[in-house]
Amino acid sequence: MMNHASHDDGMESLVLNDDDDSSVHPLRPTPPQSPNSPFNSFLDPPSYADAIFTSFDSNGQDQTPAPSASDHFLHISVSDPQKEQDLSASLVPGATTFYTYLITTRTDSATEFSVRRRFRDVVTLADRLSEAYRGFFVPVRPDKSTVESQVMQMQEFVEQRRAALEKYLRKLAAHPVIGRSEELRLFLEAQGRLPLAKTTDVASRMLDGAVRLPRQLLGGEAEQVEVAQPAKGGRDLLRIFKELKQSVTNDWGGSKPLVVEEDKEFMERKDKLGEFENHLSNVSQQAESLVKFQQDMGETMGELGLAFVKLTKFETEEAIFESQRVRAADMKNVATAADKLHEYLGTMLAVNNAFSDRSSALLTVQTLSSELASLHSRVEKLEVASSKIFGGDKSRMRKIEELKEAIKVTENAKICADREYERIKENNRSELERIDKERNSDFLSMLRGFVVNQAGYAEKMAAVWEKLAEETTAYSKDSS
Amino acid sequence: MEQQRTLSGSSQSPRSPSSSPPFLSVSVTDPVKLGNGVQAYISYRVITKFIELLLSSLLFTAVLMCVVGPFLIRRVGTRKWNLDPQTNFPDYQGPEKIVIRRYSDFVWLRDRLFEKNKGIFIPPLPEKSAVEKFRFSAEFIEMRRQALDIFVNRIASHHELQQSEDLRLFLQAEEETMERLRSQETGIFKKKPSDLMQIFKDVQSKVSDAVLGKEKPVEETDPEYEKMKHYVFELENHLAEAQKHAYRLVKRHRELGQSLSDFGKAVKLLGASEGDSLGKAFSELGIKSEILSAKLQKEAHQLLMNFEEPLKDYVRAVQSIKATIAERASAFRRQCELAETMKLKEINLDKLMLIRSEKVAEAEQEYKEASFLKYPPLKAESEQATKTFETIVKLMNEEMGRFQEQKTLDMGIAFHEFAKGQARLANGIADAWRSLLPKLEACSSS
Repeated sequence: MMNHASHDDGMESLVLNDDDDSSVHPLRPTPPQSPNSPFNSFLDPPSYADAIFTSFDSNGQDQTPAPSASDHFLHISVSDPQKEQDLSASLVPGATTFYTYLITTRTDSATEFSVRRRFRDVVTLADRLSEAYRGFFVPVRPDKSTVESQVMQMQEFVEQRRAALEKYLRKLAAHPVIGRSEELRLFLEAQGRLPLAKTTDVASRMLDGAVRLPRQLLGGEAEQVEVAQPAKGGRDLLRIFKELKQSVTNDWGGSKPLVVEEDKEFMERKDKLGEFENHLSNVSQQAESLVKFQQDMGETMGELGLAFVKLTKFETEEAIFESQRVRAADMKNVATAADKLHEYLGTMLAVNNAFSDRSSALLTVQTLSSELASLHSRVEKLEVASSKIFGGDKSRMRKIEELKEAIKVTENAKICADREYERIKENNRSELERIDKERNSDFLSMLRGFVVNQAGYAEKMAAVWEKLAEETTAYSKDSS
Repeated sequence: MEQQRTLSGSSQSPRSPSSSPPFLSVSVTDPVKLGNGVQAYISYRVITKFIELLLSSLLFTAVLMCVVGPFLIRRVGTRKWNLDPQTNFPDYQGPEKIVIRRYSDFVWLRDRLFEKNKGIFIPPLPEKSAVEKFRFSAEFIEMRRQALDIFVNRIASHHELQQSEDLRLFLQAEEETMERLRSQETGIFKKKPSDLMQIFKDVQSKVSDAVLGKEKPVEETDPEYEKMKHYVFELENHLAEAQKHAYRLVKRHRELGQSLSDFGKAVKLLGASEGDSLGKAFSELGIKSEILSAKLQKEAHQLLMNFEEPLKDYVRAVQSIKATIAERASAFRRQCELAETMKLKEINLDKLMLIRSEKVAEAEQEYKEASFLKYPPLKAESEQATKTFETIVKLMNEEMGRFQEQKTLDMGIAFHEFAKGQARLANGIADAWRSLLPKLEACSSS
């Protein structure tokens, strides 16, 4: 069932479209990274827009997908966000608006089709998939919102969501099982309204704010709130991550263990992943600090440049001596260099926090655990129910046939649940292997991307300073 | 790191290009903290060498250098060398003299030179810091030492100032003598700072003149001089701002360095918990981050010494010019006052002559007697004041040109060092990250 070879090819081809179709580019439009740039020279580090929204799965590799051994390939792109009005049921006069995205799919048999979907549809798809494919490491869908409403511009938010959707759908398509699923097919192909029922399954709500798992599993609350508030990007993702970590550690370290897990191997791996998660979150925080300090550096460079511009102007205007004019010219060169640095440092930072984006790989494991937990709790409930039937009040005893029927039903349900549990465990094992490999390559790509980016910018900055050193070489002790 | 400069003469000092061939080469070295608590101060070893005679005493000097320990006070031979009698050079003991001096001794020298060389821009001293004195960080000490070294060498290479007897005393007098000299001047010169402040205010604003009780602000009306004054005051503002940002830049480097170090540690932890090739990749990343953190801290220090400090020095130099401007205003006022007084006396004399001739003879006699016995003749004094003023004007014009040239050179060097340092840092960063890539490749293929 698991075709590792084709999966890997699928992963390799999961490169993001830097020069994407979207017309919404609110930020500085510099040319995208040259796809074939060798490691040793980085002529054009990615623009701010590209940098924020691309992951580091791409490291300048060929963007056209290699002909894969798989017989099933989908290339998906998300584009053209449009504002539409919700004409149905709004109590407040004046319709609510939402954005739709054009989702274009091209299969390997060269057929192409498009549908228009809104984010709510994606949530539905994700829910159905996670229900249907328990035990598989289902890619995590993009967030509905982040913790509080932020000041991000609507355009930026829409663009961010578009990119995130694209990424998500491509991941789904690349998944060996989900890529072939009916749910995905319907989502991508069915025109008009999405023919998938919404679910009340709550496990997928985990990412939306600080939701506590046990309460949800037992209480069975359903939240259907779609908040269309823009997100702030990297920093809030971190916050979610932190809260998630919080809620998970509370669950598992809490007083009521919901599951007594017999699968030692699984528990070990989970523990290890938990530890890894902690460290990763720590790294993410530090990376964010790093970003901030690089930002500060850029700001100060800018201010320094400005101060020298003023000095240049002043000396030029007031110049009596030739030496003043010479000095003014020198100061201008310094100002130019500082300003260039200010510019570079401003654009490079967004890319640094690739680390925060890696939550997806880990969180699916947590999703899996929660599935198991919910199953177990159902089994428990059933057992409780059945014991009630057996040891209940004699005055409420039913007819014998009904009783037997009830017992049979309950026992069957329990058997089903057990079987499902075993199936999930089995899927776990193979999925864990797969995800290990995927995670490794994911992380290495991410690291590579981070390093390439840092090196590229450092090179550019060195060039700026070398130019200034050239311009002032007359003053060096060596030359005099 | 600047300790190696002991043998470099002022002609090689980056911030003091020689304006005349130096007879003297001075080094301020080996700062030592002495005293306790509030009384604590730093003493410096001031080594004076004679360039002319250096070759002949090279071996002697070499031996000397090897033997001298960091905290020892050494005396060199007391042979006197007669220098070219055509210069007004005071007699210097040689070929080398080492004395111990403290900050207030440098202040004494500066004040004396200022008093006796009006019109000349006296090289600036590093600030007297009451707060940092208690902490006396290694960085503060090094910056001060460097600034003092430059201060003395600038004086030694100034064609007028180098001939000063005060300089010779400073460089050669025994410590006890120096202490005596220093305490002697307390009365007169301690007032100076507040006086100067007063004069600054006068120069800067005509309004304050009225406030201070001067009915008629007596000031020069030379438009070119006005322009120069305005330039000096404006320049200080601009430079102070540039210096402020330069200092911030130093801080940013330090902060970023610290952040990289923290990041590196976190990544290493991650790598340790992971194991296998991925863990190794993370560990490598962590190690590189820590290396880069060290580079940033190093560059922060370089930046402070070679970029921020020259800017600060520039600001101080401008403040020194302002002091000279105040002196010039003072001299101008004196000249005017005396001229006024003379005019009034002459008017009185004429008046008396009109009224009664006998009285006039009396008055004239009185006047002559009085002035002969007690005061120098008014006319001579007035002429002296005029001469003083005119000297200041002439010197200031020369000094301004010299100042501009010197500053272009100083700043040019500072910019060059700045650029080189930053380029070195950026290249180091690029290299470090690049070197990680093959290691990552190895991890992914394994």
